[in-house]
Amino acid sequence: MTTLAGFLLVAALLFSIGLAGALTRRNAILVLIGIELMLNAANLNLIAFWRYGPHPEALTGMMFAIFSIAVAAAEAAVGLGLVISIHRHAHTTDLDLMNRMKG
Amino acid sequence: MNLVFYLLAALTMAGGLAAMLLKNTVHCALALTVAFAGLAMLYLDLDAQFAGFAQLLIYVGAVAILVVFAILLTKGSETPKDGVFSRTWLAGLAVAAAVFAVLAWSILQSVSRLSQAAQAPTVTVQQIGMALISRYVLPLEIVAVLLTVALIGAVIVAMHEKEGGAQ
Amino acid sequence: MQETISFTPQVGPSAIAQLLWLIPAVPIVVAGVIALMKQPRRKAAATLAIGALSFSLLLSLFAFGYVLSGWMSGVATHEVVNFTWIQVGASQVDLGWVLDPLSAVMLVMVSFVGLLIFIYSTGYMKHDENYTRFFCFMSLFAGAMLGVVIANSLLLLFMCWELVGLTSYLLIGFWYQRPAASAAAKKAFLVTRVGDVFFLLGIVWLFSQTGTLLFYNHGLGSLEPLALAGLLAQPAALGLTAAGAIGLLIFAGAAGKSGQFPLHVWLPDAMEGPTPVSALIHAATMVAAGVYLIARVYPLMQADALAGGTTTALTVVTWVGASTAVFAALIAVAQNDIKRILAYSTISQLGYMMAGLGMGGVAVGMFHLITHAFFKALLFMGAGSVIHGCNEEQDIRRMGGLRTKMPWTFGTYAVGMLALCGFPLLFSGFWSKDGILEAAQHWSVAKTPFYMLVFGALLTAFYMTRQVAYVFFGHWKGGKSAHESPAVMTAPLAILAFFAIALGAIGTPAWPWFRAFLEGHATSFDLQGFAEPGLLVLMVSSSLVVFLGLGLGWLFYGNRSPKPEEPDVLERAVPPVWAALRDRLYVDEFYAATVIAFYAWWARVSDWLDRRIWGGAVAGVAWAFRLWAQLNRSLDNNIVDGSFDKGCEELTVSGGLLARVQTGRVQTYLRILALALVALAAILIWSSRA
Repeated sequence: MTTLAGFLLVAALLFSIGLAGALTRRNAILVLIGIELMLNAANLNLIAFWRYGPHPEALTGMMFAIFSIAVAAAEAAVGLGLVISIHRHAHTTDLDLMNRMKG
Repeated sequence: MNLVFYLLAALTMAGGLAAMLLKNTVHCALALTVAFAGLAMLYLDLDAQFAGFAQLLIYVGAVAILVVFAILLTKGSETPKDGVFSRTWLAGLAVAAAVFAVLAWSILQSVSRLSQAAQAPTVTVQQIGMALISRYVLPLEIVAVLLTVALIGAVIVAMHEKEGGAQ
Repeated sequence: MQETISFTPQVGPSAIAQLLWLIPAVPIVVAGVIALMKQPRRKAAATLAIGALSFSLLLSLFAFGYVLSGWMSGVATHEVVNFTWIQVGASQVDLGWVLDPLSAVMLVMVSFVGLLIFIYSTGYMKHDENYTRFFCFMSLFAGAMLGVVIANSLLLLFMCWELVGLTSYLLIGFWYQRPAASAAAKKAFLVTRVGDVFFLLGIVWLFSQTGTLLFYNHGLGSLEPLALAGLLAQPAALGLTAAGAIGLLIFAGAAGKSGQFPLHVWLPDAMEGPTPVSALIHAATMVAAGVYLIARVYPLMQADALAGGTTTALTVVTWVGASTAVFAALIAVAQNDIKRILAYSTISQLGYMMAGLGMGGVAVGMFHLITHAFFKALLFMGAGSVIHGCNEEQDIRRMGGLRTKMPWTFGTYAVGMLALCGFPLLFSGFWSKDGILEAAQHWSVAKTPFYMLVFGALLTAFYMTRQVAYVFFGHWKGGKSAHESPAVMTAPLAILAFFAIALGAIGTPAWPWFRAFLEGHATSFDLQGFAEPGLLVLMVSSSLVVFLGLGLGWLFYGNRSPKPEEPDVLERAVPPVWAALRDRLYVDEFYAATVIAFYAWWARVSDWLDRRIWGGAVAGVAWAFRLWAQLNRSLDNNIVDGSFDKGCEELTVSGGLLARVQTGRVQTYLRILALALVALAAILIWSSRA
């Protein structure tokens, strides 16, 4: 197993952990946390491929990762704001109870 | 694949696991911070110093705090009565496991074709700055707008509603 | 085409023969006119009817005078007017009328007696509200009867015969609101119908054998030697020839109309009609039509008679007639209704006429018919006068002593009664009945009919005395007082009484004018006629029988006046015999038990068939249709609708199932996203690997 593979595996594992948490935890904030983990895992992937890819001097991977971090931050802010807003209305952050879109 | 890598990987993993498994939400947020830190160090290990520090600054310094704030504002520190996991947590776990299976399998099957570690590239901040201005100026501007919008939006969304409409 | 046959050098038929058809036609037309008139026009109706019949009487007298003058000059008038009614290809149906002594005599009798009765009816029916309808029917009857008399064609005779039966039905059931009257009318019609069926068979057979229904047609008629020879040559069943068989069939029709046993049952019930009807139809004319028919077709009946001998047909006629005479006389002894006694008496006398025809020939039978018409009409009209005077009472046990209260009626009734009994020398009945007895005495086949007829004469005298004693002698047992009838009713009685006496003169052995007239040879008054061997003995013994009957009757019933509730003298003596006679020897009951019971059974069977079998078939078809409809409906409901509903239900259910995917929970959607991602990735990897 190459180093790259190792990094990729770590990223994959982290991604899966984040996904598992997002899919199973009840609290909305923890779902957002899971999503942050997933994003971070993707970043790790990007950086790993930049480092062990063909043209590291083009900085593509790094740029991508930086922009990803920025966007993730913005997204986290908005998401948490939403959670707070929902909490204000429903007085709960339990996702199991939020099924008004139920068809 | 040296020891540092394994340690850092273990740390990050532990942090991630803890973030997802702990009952107290604040503990989860702190574990998340640990995971962020671990990831930053992994970036450093990968010679992406700017990315590492940016990770620390943004994620650990801002996002994690934000999460904690949100937790505290939504009374997340209270342990819920019905348990922290969804009723159908096994299905979610299975899905995640399936995803991991696919990813791992594809990784293990394909990566042997890629070349081994090349030399560590030398990346200066100046290079990054030049790249940002020249090649990636558009994404830069857009991200700037995005951040502004997100800022304003988050404020509006999370704001207390007063009588008489929005301010 | 009018043709003629006569023994005179005359070329065509005389004027009177050509006009003969008016005699029946005028009353029938008048009947039609009266039918169209409104009920309140009583006087007009009566005047029209009497006028029409007077006209017919006038013409009849003309015809009679013509035939008489012919006879006196030694010519036997026999004029025929025929015409073709229907022509179908080669065969044709002819009708026609005949003028000969027989028809002339009968015409005068029918129209004269009929006219007297019409005049009588104006008084009798005065209080009836259906006066107009009465005269319409009576006029129709008179026309039809006259048609029967002049008919030269069996078909025309049969048509008028049926018309007479119809008017009899209408007149018996004149008071149709009374159930007894309408039942009697139906009974009369149906019983005579039985006879008429056989009559029609005879007509059809005759037509098929001889090819013509005309009686006389210049040698081609069915009663003329050529046709008769052909009929005699043809054998029929039971050893008869065709002539004998046809004769018997025609006699069956006559037996129905003339009330011979066993088809007599309708006559007593026919007394439900008004008394003028009983007088005209059921005493003088219609019931005589049967006798007249036999007289008319006598050549056929006599067809293979050996010299002085008799044929099978005539033998049957004789026996039936003699039996009827005794049978009816026995029943008459025990009846209590004044008209019913006379009805049974009529049946008995008709039996005498038939026996006379069978044993003595046309003249013997016809003479008794003529005399009987007069005195029986007289008796009936007298009875009507009595009923009218006793305020519609008809039971003789409730009358009495009318001799003083209704003298005219009593006088004329006594004349009629003595004529009927055959009181010697003075009254016509004696001469006509003696003629029959003489023929019976000399009958070659057997002597039994003679003794039967003598016994019948005894009974006749007995029951008539009984009736007269009850009604006119003793004292009045009724409610209100009785009164004499008006002149319009008693005058015809007087006229008839005169003829009841006078007619005897034309039939005595000393001067047998009637026989000579009918048979077309000359005669003169000759006392030597009495010198025939055994004739005086016969006259004396028949007179003794009559006196015996009168005496016995007077002995039992004269001047006694028993109360109505008390049983009769004879009833006390021989109760079972009396009971049997009073119940009319159970003939009606026999019919009820056999024919009617069979008919009722058959009606029930037909009803059962109709309801169960045909009705069942129809119901079965309907049931099959309903079953099919129900099958269709269940098919439609369960299969078609069911499948459709099931389909919709399945759609709904599956929709519901599918909707469960939309849990509304974010994490569910996320999971599905992730699964989709996995699937896509797998596909990518696999396709790249290949």
